[in-house]
Amino acid sequence: MKKITKQTYLKWYEDMLFWRKFEDKLAQVYINQKVRGFLHLYNGQEAVLAGSLHAMDLTKDKMITAYRNHPQPIGMGVDPKRVMAELYGKGTGTSQGLGGSMHIFSKEHRFYGGHGIVGGQIPLGAGLAFADKYKGNDAVTLTFMGDGATRQGSLHETFNLAMLWKLPVVFCVENNGYAMGTSVARTANHTEIWKLGLGYEMPCRPVDGMKPEVVAKEMDEAITRARKGEGPTFLEIRTYRYRGHSMSDAQHYRTKEEVAKMQEQDPISYVLHNIYENKWATEKEIEAIDNKVKEMVSECEKFAEDSPYPEKNVMYDTVYEQEDYPFLPHKL
Amino acid sequence: MKTIQFREAVCEAMTEEMRRDESIYLMGEEVAEYNGAYKASKGMLDEFGAKRVIDTPISELGFAGIAVGSAMNGNRPIVEFMTFNFSLVGIDQIINNAAKIRQMSGGQFNCPIVFRGPTASAGQLAATHSQAFESWYANCPGLKVVVPSNPADAKGLLKSAIRDDDPVIFMESEQMYGDKGEVPEGEYLIPLGVAEIKREGKDVTIVSFGKIIKEAYAAAETLAKEGIECEIIDLRTVRPMDHKSILNSVKKTNRLVILEEAWPFGNVATEITYQVQSQAFDYLDAPIIKLNTADTPAPYSPVLLEEWLPNQNDVVKAVKKVLYKE
Ligand SMILES: Cc1ncc(C[n+]2csc(CCOP(=O)(O)OP(=O)(O)O)c2C)c(N)n1
Ligand SMILES: [Mg+2]
Repeated sequence: MKKITKQTYLKWYEDMLFWRKFEDKLAQVYINQKVRGFLHLYNGQEAVLAGSLHAMDLTKDKMITAYRNHPQPIGMGVDPKRVMAELYGKGTGTSQGLGGSMHIFSKEHRFYGGHGIVGGQIPLGAGLAFADKYKGNDAVTLTFMGDGATRQGSLHETFNLAMLWKLPVVFCVENNGYAMGTSVARTANHTEIWKLGLGYEMPCRPVDGMKPEVVAKEMDEAITRARKGEGPTFLEIRTYRYRGHSMSDAQHYRTKEEVAKMQEQDPISYVLHNIYENKWATEKEIEAIDNKVKEMVSECEKFAEDSPYPEKNVMYDTVYEQEDYPFLPHKL
Repeated sequence: MKTIQFREAVCEAMTEEMRRDESIYLMGEEVAEYNGAYKASKGMLDEFGAKRVIDTPISELGFAGIAVGSAMNGNRPIVEFMTFNFSLVGIDQIINNAAKIRQMSGGQFNCPIVFRGPTASAGQLAATHSQAFESWYANCPGLKVVVPSNPADAKGLLKSAIRDDDPVIFMESEQMYGDKGEVPEGEYLIPLGVAEIKREGKDVTIVSFGKIIKEAYAAAETLAKEGIECEIIDLRTVRPMDHKSILNSVKKTNRLVILEEAWPFGNVATEITYQVQSQAFDYLDAPIIKLNTADTPAPYSPVLLEEWLPNQNDVVKAVKKVLYKE
């Protein structure tokens, strides 16, 4: 793994702050109905992504996740303007406006979605790894899922197959405490999700997901194992989401105190604290980053606003490779 | 009469039935402590307790199957899918077990179970969250499929569905839960398999069901101003289908438009079209028109979604076309 340096922390600070502000902007424009549908924000979970990206080889490794998926493609290299435009339903969006908030994809940057059916991406992640192994590539796929998704049969079938075939995949639960209004404790007879790996003899462990360097270290071990052909790892990365499940969640299932307490461990504040402790940046330098981030978010918003809506034909042209579609006219 | 929301109608139906019959329970994601993702089970945990109003983890295959098994052994479960899009994770248990167990066991077991939840699109939710599987389920012998369009129908039909001794797929809509409507005071049931004429007219028959029927109502208003009288039939139950009501109406109007929010290939409208041409061919004065979604997964962008969904303008156009007006 690349060494974790002053530069790493400064990058983490800038990236995480940008993801946070980018999504705060989404929440804001959602209220103005610029963005519609479901909107699930990553607020609070940023260290999981920051740490993981540090451990990945971004020239070849892959990522797939569920619908809480706006910062991940940006982290993988996708132009954030195009992510914002997708949420606006614009033709310049990552899926030309077809996918929306829950379905961000970038083949170019090896971000494989963006999946709306809970647990649906778990076998896909193993499948991406299957193809890499098949082709003899030494790339690794990071397959993310929520705590709620671990109760789907898809996880259990996939774990078995991935171990049986020693697929180069890292299964990562982002345990943010809840699946909508259901706490982890209410979904199973156990709360240590990482132990699910034991039954398959899959290397597995819990990870503190509020500290990017901790995530990076654990992820590096898992990725190294997968790259060497030793098969999958299962990490339960413990984190928290500060906002509701989606924009329409009254959050009666948890207290304000609980959220406030978890906010004390805010990963962005944590990274900033480390930077100041080590005198890696002055307040002025941090202010410059803050301003840059603000500027970048404004640019995204402006780009999304100014972009045109897609042409109607994209809805048909993207269904099949075959070109004479639709086979029959739709409207009279 | 009293005025209540669709979600309250669903809740009243389940609550009243659970009071009469101990063997009924409600199971699904967020149905208990959260009072339902769309608040259709509000207050039910308080009244019936955790034994009978049961939160599940996200395990559709598991809990659908457990419910079917319990129905084979004396329970009468109501299973809520947060939306029917997610029923696909558990569809094996519905098609291979719930629908088959009676016939396959030579009639020894029955499967008195209701699978309910919202169907079809609900705004810009895109491809995986906007699907209508009425025709998929209706294609399967052993299942009944009910799709109400207003609170009064929802309540009366859901009560019948719960009392039915066969598996019933009961489909609602996120976009209807807030709809208000008049509902009779006191207990009432609406039989499954009976359509209702929601608007009488002599010029053209429009058959529809579920949320999208509102587009037909709006179109009928517009057309009435031009002197065209539409008869609107709300199927209410898709399977068993009330062919008689459709045929009687078509024999009167001689023209048929079918409005269904679903992909066009082999859907409910296709079935109606076949039945009508085979049983009332000589009564038809124009080819039947069916209005459906575009033949694509649902797009997210508002401009594309508008193109994708059938709407009242499409209905107006179709009605004029079967009347050979412009
Ligand atoms: C198969 C399926 N069932 C139900 C849903 C509805 N749903 C969407 S997100 C969600 C909760 C998932 O929680 P978790 O896996 O912990 O992820 P988080 O939202 O916390 O990131 C549910 C029940 C769905 N999208 N897919
Ligand atoms: Mg969660």
